[in-house]
Amino acid sequence: MIRIVSILVGLFFTVVLAWSFGNGAYTAITEPAPETAEHAFHKHPKELHLASNGPFGHFDKQQLQRGFQVYKEVCAACHSLSHVAFRDLKALGYNEDEVKAIAAGFNVPGVDANTGEANTRPGLPTDYFPKPFANDIAARAANNNAVPPDLSLMTKARHDGPAYVYSLLTGFQNQPAELLKRFPDSKTPQGLHYNPYFANLNLAMAPPLTSEGQVSYSDGTKSTVDQMSKDVAAFLVWTAEPKLDKRNQTGWPVLGFLLFATVLGYLSYRNIWADKKH
Amino acid sequence: MSFPWANEYKPQAPLMRWLDEKLPLPRLVYNAIGAGYPVPRNLNYWWNFGILALVCLTIQIVTGIILAMHYAANATVAFDSVEHIMRDVNWGWMMRYAHANGASAFFVVIYIHIFRGFFYGSYKAPREMVWLLGVVIFLLMMATAFMGYVLPWGQMSFWGAKVITGLFSAIPFVGEPLQTWLLGGFAPDNAALNRFFSLHYLLPFVIVGVVVLHIWALHIPGSSNPTGVEVKSESDTVPFHPYFIVKDGWAVGAFLFLYCAVLFFAPNMLGHPDNYIPANPMSTPAHIVPEWYFWPFYAILRAFTADFFFIPAKLMGVLAMFSAILVWFFLPWLDKSPVRSGHYRPTFRKFFWFGLIPTMAVLFYCGGAPAEEPYVMLSQIATAYYFLHFLVILPIVSSVERPDPLPFSITEAVLGKDHDSLLAPQAVPVEKSDALRPAAAN
Repeated sequence: MIRIVSILVGLFFTVVLAWSFGNGAYTAITEPAPETAEHAFHKHPKELHLASNGPFGHFDKQQLQRGFQVYKEVCAACHSLSHVAFRDLKALGYNEDEVKAIAAGFNVPGVDANTGEANTRPGLPTDYFPKPFANDIAARAANNNAVPPDLSLMTKARHDGPAYVYSLLTGFQNQPAELLKRFPDSKTPQGLHYNPYFANLNLAMAPPLTSEGQVSYSDGTKSTVDQMSKDVAAFLVWTAEPKLDKRNQTGWPVLGFLLFATVLGYLSYRNIWADKKH
Repeated sequence: MSFPWANEYKPQAPLMRWLDEKLPLPRLVYNAIGAGYPVPRNLNYWWNFGILALVCLTIQIVTGIILAMHYAANATVAFDSVEHIMRDVNWGWMMRYAHANGASAFFVVIYIHIFRGFFYGSYKAPREMVWLLGVVIFLLMMATAFMGYVLPWGQMSFWGAKVITGLFSAIPFVGEPLQTWLLGGFAPDNAALNRFFSLHYLLPFVIVGVVVLHIWALHIPGSSNPTGVEVKSESDTVPFHPYFIVKDGWAVGAFLFLYCAVLFFAPNMLGHPDNYIPANPMSTPAHIVPEWYFWPFYAILRAFTADFFFIPAKLMGVLAMFSAILVWFFLPWLDKSPVRSGHYRPTFRKFFWFGLIPTMAVLFYCGGAPAEEPYVMLSQIATAYYFLHFLVILPIVSSVERPDPLPFSITEAVLGKDHDSLLAPQAVPVEKSDALRPAAAN
């Protein structure tokens, strides 16, 4: 009895699925989904090699400092970095006094000790990076109705994050003529900027890194747009995963120990079972 | 339970004798996972995954309790509190990655454990109860994992919660009020996050309880084995300790090695990048997908795209998704072949390797893919086969198939001869009587 019921239920599911399948197939033939400009022209990120890549990855502190400089002088005008505190910058190789000086260079929200009124004061190492806009409405108003996203976790919040950041920063270009020929309706709207590495191709952010020497590096590295983009991508790997160094360093001894323990375990197994056929 | 030849617990030290009289806990352990539990000698490595599942459950509970000490279940701060764990809590990043990847490891192990059961007929008498409790554990695991994924309150957390609780709204008449009641609001918010946290902390301990029952029910007939022939004599078994303690021991080592390789070197490989974006009810992600271990069932849910007479497509999808697991409960009665092991079932084996396994692979792939063609059509074909396999093919195959001859005993299968077999009637092709008799009768 249970088997008869089960066969009937099984056939019922199959019939319903066949109905869905038939409907889907009919729609696919009569109204094939039109190709979109996003689908045809979106590009996967370019390859990017950073010292932090791979299981032996570590941070190149010199590069992180350069990337931080790019963030501070360019990105910070619009993008917050809310999960990072000034004290964290010690990991980039700055000493205590340098961290204090960097913090003091930012104005953070404070409270007047006498009147209790809101004001701003120079930052302390314990403060977090201040937000460039008071709230999302202010951010939208200043940026063509788009909120510049927080950058703390950006390289983990996008597929292939570091390469994505690098590609996006170096990927601004004029809309290809072929795109307009194939998709005449997909002209980049006024105030947006064409970038094939962005999911829907049109980005509210204007190209932020435009000319060589926009940031002057103190370590002698030539600050080309490509170099600045790489450096800031490396810096954002650190902001998203500050424990990457420690994670890789911990991983190897752990795996070494487990390998040793597993081999010992395997030898015990061979030993105990030596006289038992199985 | 035990076989008559099982070693008996004999405490030597006065303290242990005293304890054995007052609270025979060491005796329980001795008989459960010690030298007092005889296990078939021919278990292969697929039989290690039960212990591995227990290891995963332990990892999840230990890391979870530590994470709960630093996490705040409040919609305004939940996301930040997870970042606080990642950045400021000592070894917090390791605890969180261990927990997130531990969930994935748990599901890898449990899927292998379940499919081991499918192939070797572990669900058949006398082990039906072990199987039923196992399915209950799987359902509890799915609920726990789903609610755990909501806790970081990222984009996928929020939209996943919205989609999954939205399934209840497909139920006719009571659906919408039911969804509102479950969420404590019209959309996932603080009330939902709080109750999910509460249940996410509770359910693992319920799982522990059902695991105890699962193992208890297993110990009554004893473990199954790759031949599917029940244990007949002492030469068929070895004591759990030391034989399977060392075999499980090195398997646990190998498992931890692979798990730690992912944990330390690719901790975000199995996660979705969108969950590093704080939840935003005003912005829907381009593709809402659950965690990878739900993909087959998500594919089944989305395979129903057209209303079927008076049944809306959404309701049908929800019914099918739950039925996909509920059919497992009926498996012991759908597959009536007296032969357990797929090794001796030529037709069943073909449907298993060339039907069920590729179907699951397709469902896994399509569940993670966007809801576009050809993935929808592929998942429709795969879903149809999935139900046909369990509900139509298994009942029919099990009644028409001619199984291969079984060995007389485990000993014969292992050594090529069994002294006892000379005393018994000549090798029976299908041991009907034996397969259906509980070994406990010994």
